[in-house]
Amino acid sequence: MLEKVLTIFIASALINNFVFSRYLGLCIFFGVTKKMETSIGMSFTFTAVMMIGAALSWFIYTYVMVPFHLGFLKIVIFIGVVAAFVQAADTIMKKVTPALYYKLGIYLALIVTNCIILAVPLINAEEHYSLFESMALALGSGLGFSLALIIMASIREKLDLADVPKSFQGLPISFVLTGLIALAFLGFSGMITL
Amino acid sequence: MEATPKEQPKVQPKAPPEFFVSIGPHMRTEESTAKIMWTVNAALLPATLMSVYFFGLPAILVIIVSILAAVMAEAGMQKLLKKDVTVSDGSAFLTGLLIAMNVPANIPLYIPAVASVVAIAITKHLFGGLGYNVFNPALIGRAFILVSFAKPMTTYTQPVANIMAMDAKTMATPLSLLKEDGIAKLLEVYPNIYQDLLMGNRAGSLGETATIALLLGAVFLMIKRYITWHIPITFIATVGLLTWVFGGKSGLMTGDPLFHMMSGGLILGAFFMATDYVTGPSIRIAQVLFGVSCGALTVLIRLKGGYPEGVMFAILLMNCFAPLLDRGMRSRVFGKAAAKGVKK
Repeated sequence: MLEKVLTIFIASALINNFVFSRYLGLCIFFGVTKKMETSIGMSFTFTAVMMIGAALSWFIYTYVMVPFHLGFLKIVIFIGVVAAFVQAADTIMKKVTPALYYKLGIYLALIVTNCIILAVPLINAEEHYSLFESMALALGSGLGFSLALIIMASIREKLDLADVPKSFQGLPISFVLTGLIALAFLGFSGMITL
Repeated sequence: MEATPKEQPKVQPKAPPEFFVSIGPHMRTEESTAKIMWTVNAALLPATLMSVYFFGLPAILVIIVSILAAVMAEAGMQKLLKKDVTVSDGSAFLTGLLIAMNVPANIPLYIPAVASVVAIAITKHLFGGLGYNVFNPALIGRAFILVSFAKPMTTYTQPVANIMAMDAKTMATPLSLLKEDGIAKLLEVYPNIYQDLLMGNRAGSLGETATIALLLGAVFLMIKRYITWHIPITFIATVGLLTWVFGGKSGLMTGDPLFHMMSGGLILGAFFMATDYVTGPSIRIAQVLFGVSCGALTVLIRLKGGYPEGVMFAILLMNCFAPLLDRGMRSRVFGKAAAKGVKK
């Protein structure tokens, strides 16, 4: 049991890293990694939203959707749940802790439509994970995404000084860079088979 | 007497009208890029000769094709980007030579050529040329062909010590034997395993063969102080320690560190590729961390991963982290308050 939780955690953080081996969540990935500061802010917000969103979706899936045979509505319901939760968090944060809101709130709007946030509840439902396993997947995915953001930001800050050919400056070279990092992450392949 | 800032002249001397600041590290030295690169090429000479001795004509062809492709790609990209053509500084030559060192001798010749072009054109020149590349070009070239042409990249031939070695038998490398068939089979195929590893009489990539020839080149580079101990020694020591603790089948502390330290591309990777100035960290403590992490990742991939050898992927993974390591270990700027933005 504990071993499986740990396996899921490590697999989702490194081996099946959402950015480098499943190529999901790229819009945020390229959007916030221009600066280290924004990527760290996004990392915290993203991991927190990921955990809470996955937990909410798990409860709704297990206690509402399975008993009423609503499994075919997974995608719609999970999008609704996550979007409603994030919107609520946005409004509550603005009212209760304005300081935190101005620091992290801007990322919330981006997260609503992120595909990893939707992918994690879907994988949890598909694999019939228990609550602990779902949480391990959510935490692993969140930290794996944070790792990707922070590596990328540190390299992109260095790349700003580089003499990149004009037609490749900005996004194009970032895509090439992501491809090369994904090539390096292939080294982890075959390490854990779920 | 202490000089207070007030006593200094208020008018700063004017900067010369044009001056260029290149990317760090800034050092005043008699060395030039060309001199360093050609010295590293020379340090690889003993290993190159050993590979030609063991694998014969196919090895010579692979070396020539890789280097030619790399040099031509460099000249072509620099022409396209309208920069000065600098193939004579030896860096493209070195990339080509390292790619040749990293492939089996009997590989179809277009494969190392593809690797050289990927290495030079994509990994180096798209990122701004020499000094700006994020990854070690030769290793990205090798990783690219390893995933694209997996079969020819993992078919190794028996060393024959014969110049016309055109029909050599295939033979598994010590590491893949250990991974797939276990220690008994390994000792059956290689009865004098340590001697074979040391002298290079084993199947493998061109540069994985003779440990002693590689060490000769490495010692030369260390005496010339082109590389320091911080990355390579910690890298190899970590591999030795971790394989001793976790590598054995019959419990902890029963592994064989000597075998793991001498097999695969570890010596080549640790001394000639992980020590790349551009793609590794430049702060000493970060370099030690870099070496240790490379070692740990290598052992993780060798013992648990899908590939028998992990040196290449370990170095590439740590190349991703090098800017972060440098950033994290940056010393405090003198005269600045420690409160903001500086982590202790």
